[in-house]
Order: sequence, then structure tokens, then C-alpha cells
Amino acid sequence: MRTKPRLHDLNVDGILDRILPTVSKPARYTGGEWNSVLKDWGACDVRWALVFPDTYEIGMSNLGLAILYDLLNRQDGVLAERVYAPWVDMEQAMRAVGLPLFSLESRRPLAEFDLVGFSLPYEQLYTNLLNMLDLACLPVLAAERDERYPLVIAGGGATYNPEPLAGFVDAFVLGEGEEVILEVTAAVREAKRQNSTREALLRRLARIQGVYVPRFYEVAYHGDGTIAKVRPKFPEAQIPVRKRIVAILPPPLTRPVVPYVDTVHNRATIEIQRGCGRGCRFCQAGMVYRPVRERPVDEILDAVDAIIANTGFEEIALLSLSSGDYSQIETLVRELVARHGERHLSISLPSLRIESVSVGLMEQLQAAGRRSSFTFAPEAATERLRGIINKPIADEDLLAVVEEVYSRGWKTIKLYFMIGHPTQTLDDVAAIAELTMRVRRVGRQVIGRKAQVNVSVSTLVPKPHTPFQWVPLADEADIRAHQEYLKENLRGPGLKLNWNSYQETLLETVLCRGDRRLGAAIHRAWQLGARFDGWSDQFKVEAWRQAFCEAGLDIGFYARRPRALDEVFPWDHIDTGVTKAYLARDYQASLRGETRLDCRERCYACGILTAFRDERAGLPANAWGCPPVEL
Amino acid sequence: MINGQTPRQRLRITFAKGEALKYISHLDLARTWERVFRRAGLSVAYSQGFNPRPRFQIAAALPVGVTGGAEQLDVWLIELLVPEDVLSRLRPSLPSGLEVLDVREADLRAASLQSQMRAADYRAVIYSPESVEAIRIRVQALLEAPALPRRRQHKGAWQTYDLRPLVQSVVVERGQVGEHILTMRLQASPEGAGRPDAVLDALGLSLATQAIERTSLHFEFDK
Repeated sequence: MRTKPRLHDLNVDGILDRILPTVSKPARYTGGEWNSVLKDWGACDVRWALVFPDTYEIGMSNLGLAILYDLLNRQDGVLAERVYAPWVDMEQAMRAVGLPLFSLESRRPLAEFDLVGFSLPYEQLYTNLLNMLDLACLPVLAAERDERYPLVIAGGGATYNPEPLAGFVDAFVLGEGEEVILEVTAAVREAKRQNSTREALLRRLARIQGVYVPRFYEVAYHGDGTIAKVRPKFPEAQIPVRKRIVAILPPPLTRPVVPYVDTVHNRATIEIQRGCGRGCRFCQAGMVYRPVRERPVDEILDAVDAIIANTGFEEIALLSLSSGDYSQIETLVRELVARHGERHLSISLPSLRIESVSVGLMEQLQAAGRRSSFTFAPEAATERLRGIINKPIADEDLLAVVEEVYSRGWKTIKLYFMIGHPTQTLDDVAAIAELTMRVRRVGRQVIGRKAQVNVSVSTLVPKPHTPFQWVPLADEADIRAHQEYLKENLRGPGLKLNWNSYQETLLETVLCRGDRRLGAAIHRAWQLGARFDGWSDQFKVEAWRQAFCEAGLDIGFYARRPRALDEVFPWDHIDTGVTKAYLARDYQASLRGETRLDCRERCYACGILTAFRDERAGLPANAWGCPPVEL
Repeated sequence: MINGQTPRQRLRITFAKGEALKYISHLDLARTWERVFRRAGLSVAYSQGFNPRPRFQIAAALPVGVTGGAEQLDVWLIELLVPEDVLSRLRPSLPSGLEVLDVREADLRAASLQSQMRAADYRAVIYSPESVEAIRIRVQALLEAPALPRRRQHKGAWQTYDLRPLVQSVVVERGQVGEHILTMRLQASPEGAGRPDAVLDALGLSLATQAIERTSLHFEFDK
């Protein structure tokens, strides 16, 4: 099939024919999917390997990387190919035969690309990043990679605190990638033409807004281990480094790759809105993806027509941090049903807020195909605690919606709660069980014993760039007691309870809040076998414990310590547009139980309009969700 | 039928599943066809019920790693189309590795392909320093054996079965240098189906096998 000669002339196809029959789900490694793009290698002078450091099934469900893949491949002289983390059996087989990590499209080793771009939506992927570099025969430490090696770039939600990976990644790209990735591409093209050194290229990149080159900064610490100051070493290095945004959402992706193997979200996706104005205080996405920008209804409708024709997908997901908050959601769903209902297109709204669900919307969704389950995330079960986290919702409203949902043919309701919120007591936890039982009771009244309630209870991870960034992770004994209480009280027919292990939550907290010194522990944990840390069946708590010990790091320092309001955080030099002063004010408001409105109704001066004044200039007044304010 | 979705036509499609798709599982192939039909704009009939499914049936699952030269499926449409037009609409919608060889009309009320399946032919390419004669002796012994008890995993549990009655014929021929071609006809009916890799394993040729293709399917109505 493949006629093009390869640089290293590795017989990848032959090797794969020997090892693929021995591994699970081999079609994850063969590529060739509908809409995948194999460009002429020789005709391109900038070549990106786009890496999602988790399994194919998860990576193929990620819209961000799909957008960049499409965007880069539409540029002349640029190609982008996909790489996902081989599952443990495949890794073992590859290492046994000495097959380096290769891209799905041309099956070339990563070392042949100019840029290796990692998407990092969550922190549990850090060891996979190291592992994939190693599997690709690239040095894991940035300092050990010279001009012979590709540049290693990373972006995505987890990189709003890039510090733990500072030693492994050459440059971070912060914020929305659609424009900046082309600027990075142009800089690499220019550097290749001029045969620049790696140092010169990195300096060139450091001048681009949103690009953070960690080696150009030095960190000074206080005696107690907290950070004194982060200083740029060169004039090119900006401080702070402000994330990038696109002022208006670019045209949506209409030719996504269609996987053969079943993926986590095996469906078409269209982003209907970016950003969220609700201001839930635990939610990092709600803070770092501001401002709110809606895509026009007509653009969405045309795009869905194109996506379905281009892919044949049977389901479309209307993606947003809170899809019910899209101002014309009912019109949109009604129109989609009218256009595609006869052809059995299912419509899913992955994140619906309870108060955004109207009877009209439910009627539309009822008409739109498979009614598998309905998900709500109250996050807390008492009015007091909902005030603390700024997610006010009345139980009666929830129960009214629940009744409507069950009566319209849905049998399963999923409820997401969190424990470990600041000031939470056992009473607040008991209320979770009570509310769940009331939901089941409503379900039984409507559809009898078929009614199912699945409850997921996670533990609050106090994330950087949120009003809760000053909050310590809850105490292990409390969390275990609260989980035990829920296990005790949420059993029986029609109930299913999921929870996270405290050790996994603790690791996530440390990784997301870490500073540069944490890199040594990540490196060591990987050497000790840690990878796929987000997979409970792969998580190696002992490897991590030993790694922290050998690196001389105290987990409690990172995760369990109350913080002074003026402490310098490792991520303070990363500017999301939302100011630390605003986050501090909101944190204090939280402690007083004060709630805030959706900021589309009233501006609380988070800082986004000041930070992105230039981007906003010249746009129509309603282009962003922000209400008119005096700056 | 709801939505006026009474099937009006049943089409029998003969297709090839090539090298590029040989690691795709049966379920993945079914999903791929569903999407091919939607891309081609064919009005496929849907089943009734709470979770309506598009109506098409693939005659027989291919083992993962085996290519198919002449596979078959039936699809039910709610419109009447000329088979040649369907062929030309399908072609631009097919991923690499999937090829449509023939589209023809089938009787709407005829029994399902699966229930009509009787046997399948396989062609295996063997790289071995052994002579054809040496392999033939083992083939002969296999065919003369009264029983060939083997173990296989079914829904996680190991069970024993007899491979011998599932093997209808095995022939070895000399191929290119260092290569032998082994063709076999195996039972493939609702009562039981033989796997080509099991036969090759029984002949001690597992490691020497380079490629396996299912070359044709045999149905009751072919007789």
C-alpha cells in the first residue's frame, strides 16, 4: 500500500504485522481512518507530530487536537500527523522489537518530525509524556535535546501551570491554539531556512504572545520552600506570559477523522460556545477559558450538515462548558431535529445545568434519538455549601427537572457531586445521600423500578487559577469517612455510586499545583514504572511515594497546606486574563457564602476585558458574553 | 412501521476487506458500514423499538487479521434504487481497504445470509523452508484423523471442541520461492464454524503463516 521510501527505512509495516496480532485492539495502531490526512512528506517543510498522551480511544475524542490537525494540514507546506499512547501491551511489544513510537499517518518515527506537540488536558498524563518521548528514542530532558531532535511543545488545560514539566518541554503554548500554532509554525519554518540554532529558535518563539519557554526563566525560593520570585533571563522572555485567545470563534471543524475502533466519544462534535460565565469557584475551565463566545446558530446548522455528510456519524454533540447556557439552545436543537431527525441523528448535550433545562428543550431532546441517560452536576447538596462554591440551585428545581426527564423516557439520571469543598461537614455529605434518594423516589413514582440513579462523587482538587487555589486538599481521614458514609447510605436497587481513591486525588492535586522542583519526582516516578496515572488499574502509588521520597519533596507542602493570600504561586507568571486579585476577592466572598450571578448578567471585573482590550476592539458589542462596562 | 420506514428494497453487496482494514473487528466493520451508508446518502431502513438500528446484516464475521476477498452483506432501503447507482454512490464513500465489488437485488422475504451460510474458503500464504511434500503429509494426517480436539475461549471460559468435522478440504501447493499456498474449505454455518488459524495451528504452521484471506463464502442458495 505504502510506496514512499522512509528515511530510516525501518520496515514498520512488517514489524507491525508480527506484533499487532498479539496486542489488544490492534486497529488503534493502524491509522488510515476516513478523513485522516497523509500529505506528501517531501513537499512539506514544517512537520508536526500531534500527540495525545493517552489511549487512542480517549485521544480521538478530544476536539482540541482535532481542530489543530485539520488547521495545520490545510496549510501549504505543513503537515500534521497523529500519535497516541500505545497501551501497555503494545508498548511492551514495541520495546521488545525495538520499534520506536511512530505516527499513524506515515508511520514515521517521531524523531523525523520538526515539532512534537503534546496536548495535555489533565495532569495525570505527565508520565505518559515522558514515556512517549522515551519510546520515540528522544531524550526526556529538554536540556539534553539539541538541534538533531524535534522541538517539544505542549499546550492544553493542564499547562496553565506549566512548571512541573518545565524540565521536559521546550516551549508551552498557552491558551487557544488556532492562531498561535500558525505563528509557531512560521517561526520554525524561518529558523529552518536560516539554519538557526535551537537557542535562536526558542528566543524567536519566546517573543510570540502565549509562548512560554521555561528555560528562559529562573525561580527563586524562600527558606520555607515557597516561591520568592520568577525572573526572566532574557529580554525576549515575557513576564507575565499571557494566554492566547481568538476574538471570534473560527469556522468549525467539519472533516474530523472517523475512527474505526469504538472511542470514548464516538460521535461528531461541534463547539457551540467557548467559555462560561457561571463562575463556579472550583472550576478551572470556567476561569481559564473566558471570555464567553457563542457561535451563530446558522453557522452551527450549516456545519452540522457538512459534518454529517463528511463523516456519516450517527450522533452530534453540542459542546460547551455549559451547553444549556447557549442563548438559542432551543432553536438550535429544534432546527437540528427538523433537518436530521428523519435520518436518525442523535443529539447530545454533554453538560447541561439544571436551571438551563426547559420543558421545551426536553421535548426537543426527546425527539432527538437515543435516550440513554441525563446528567446533572449539582456538586453540592446543601444550600449553604452551594453558596460557598457559587453553584446555587434549589432542590425543588432539580426534582422538578428530574420528574420531567423520567417521564419523557429516560431511565437513568447521573448526578455528579464533590466532597472536600471548603467548610464541608458530614451534614453536607448526608444531604448528598438524601437528595439522591429523593431523586430515586421521584423516578420510582414516574416509571417504577426501572428508575436508575448513578452518583459520582469526586473530591475537590483545588486547581490553579481558581478562587479555590488558596484552599488545601481535604484531609484523608475526612474524605474516607465521607466516602464510607455514602457507601453505607447509597446502596440498593436503582442506585450506583462511584468515587475516586484519595491517593489518585492527592496525586492530581500535587501535579496540578507543583513547581519546577516537582519535575524530579515525575522523572523518577516514570523511571519506577508510573504511566497511565489516570487509569486506576495502572496507577502505581508506591512508585510515586518512592519518587517523592527520593526527590526530597513533601507531598503535604504541595497539596495540604493552607495558603496566605499573598503567597506567590508557581503559576502566577501565567496570565489567563483573570486577575489574581479577582480570584482572591471571589475566594473571600466564598467564605462569606456570597454568590455571584452569571457574569453575562453583571460584570464582576475579572480582568478579561482589560487583558484582551485589543482583541475586543472593533468587535460587535455582543460578540462576547461580557455585558457593557466602563473600563 | 413508524415514519413510513417500511423496507422497500433489499440489496446484496459483495465487498472486499483489504490489508488496511484487516485489524478492524467485526463490530467496528459494522459501524463503518453504517457510516458509509450515511455518507453515501442511502436511505437505510431502521428497526423499530426504543433504540432503532439501521437494517443491514453482514454474512459472517472475519477473524481479526484475515482479509476478505468476497464478503457479503444485505442492506434494507426505504427507497427503490438501481443497483448500479448504489454502487456508484457507495464508491466515493468507502475508506481505503474497503471495496464494493457487486450490488444486486435480493428477495425482501428471503432468509438471512447468516442462516444460509454453509462454508467458507480460505487461502493462506506460508513461508517455510519445508517442502510441499512434508506439509502434505501432515495435511493428510489431519484429514485422516477421526477427531481433532482443540480448546478455544468462549465468553472468557475455555471449552473443548472437535475441529475435524469443520474441515471440509485442505490443499497445499507450491507458491513462489520459499512460499506455499494452502487453501481450505471450512464449515461456516449456524451449527458451527472452523477458524483458519486453528487449522494452521493444528498443522504446526502458525508461525510460518504470512497472510490469510477468505476468498469466498458458500450459501445454501448457491447449491
